[in-house]
Amino acid sequence: MKIQKSTTFALFAVLELARDPEVQLATGEIAEAYDISVHHLAKVMRQLVRAGLIQSVRGAGGGYKFSANPNRITLYDVVALFEDNLASDFEVSGASVGTGIGRALQMVGDEIEDLTRATLQSITLTTLLRHAARAEAAPTPVEIREAVLESDLEPLT
Amino acid sequence: MAGDYQRIVDLDTETSGVSKPDYWQDIFNQYVGVEDNQRYLLVADLAGETVGFALGEVRAWEFGSPPCGWVFGLGVTADVREHRVGSVLVQAMFSHFRSDGVASVRTNVSRRDTLNLSFFRSLGMTAGPYVQLEFSLDDDDGAVL
Repeated sequence: MKIQKSTTFALFAVLELARDPEVQLATGEIAEAYDISVHHLAKVMRQLVRAGLIQSVRGAGGGYKFSANPNRITLYDVVALFEDNLASDFEVSGASVGTGIGRALQMVGDEIEDLTRATLQSITLTTLLRHAARAEAAPTPVEIREAVLESDLEPLT
Repeated sequence: MAGDYQRIVDLDTETSGVSKPDYWQDIFNQYVGVEDNQRYLLVADLAGETVGFALGEVRAWEFGSPPCGWVFGLGVTADVREHRVGSVLVQAMFSHFRSDGVASVRTNVSRRDTLNLSFFRSLGMTAGPYVQLEFSLDDDDGAVL
């Protein structure tokens, strides 16, 4: 399965806004934070508004606010807005559908799709944000390397 | 003890939709009143009413896995859902497992059971290193692939 750019952008935006439902952010601010196209993100934001996940705030300092329940909305709810299906990339169609190999490959594809859907449906925005907070608190590989280099590497005696 | 047994059977019937008195009798024989066997049946009471239970144990070397805690039963009555009863029960189970010296906890949830999948995910659980496989004996014609 190949996730489209729009889907990833939508997840960035929804999760960033769900961090604090009181905060409103402009498209440009989110695009800058994730180094993504403002133009593309603007289209995605309109779709998220139509889905009721975020709301547009007009006026000076306007932008978008999160408007759903982060304990209820799962990653699947966001992904499903942009992905027609979650099927794997086996292109079993036409005459190949009737062959044993075609059917067996389709079964493997269905299994992957089923697992993908179950995974996305089980992770709420709140759960993902909890993982994000933990990841942000953890040192990066570069920080770990620098800390090791700065430490006194005395041999054990 | 007899009262506990009946309350758990009733609660499990309410939450799972299937009554299994024999199964629970077996569980009570193995898990209740037996010292230091790393098996736990935890019960949540609210004003004398049993509102939840968690069932778990430490299993070792199944399919090469080092000792690991398993949560394999959980039920919370519908009246008190979303009041963290399940979280408290599972966290208490985690504490028992920590005391037993194991480093990880596993559970098994139907991929269609999004309620429980989301619940365990919310506690920080993620996909583990093992993949569960199944073979349908009903469809089997006796031939081996």
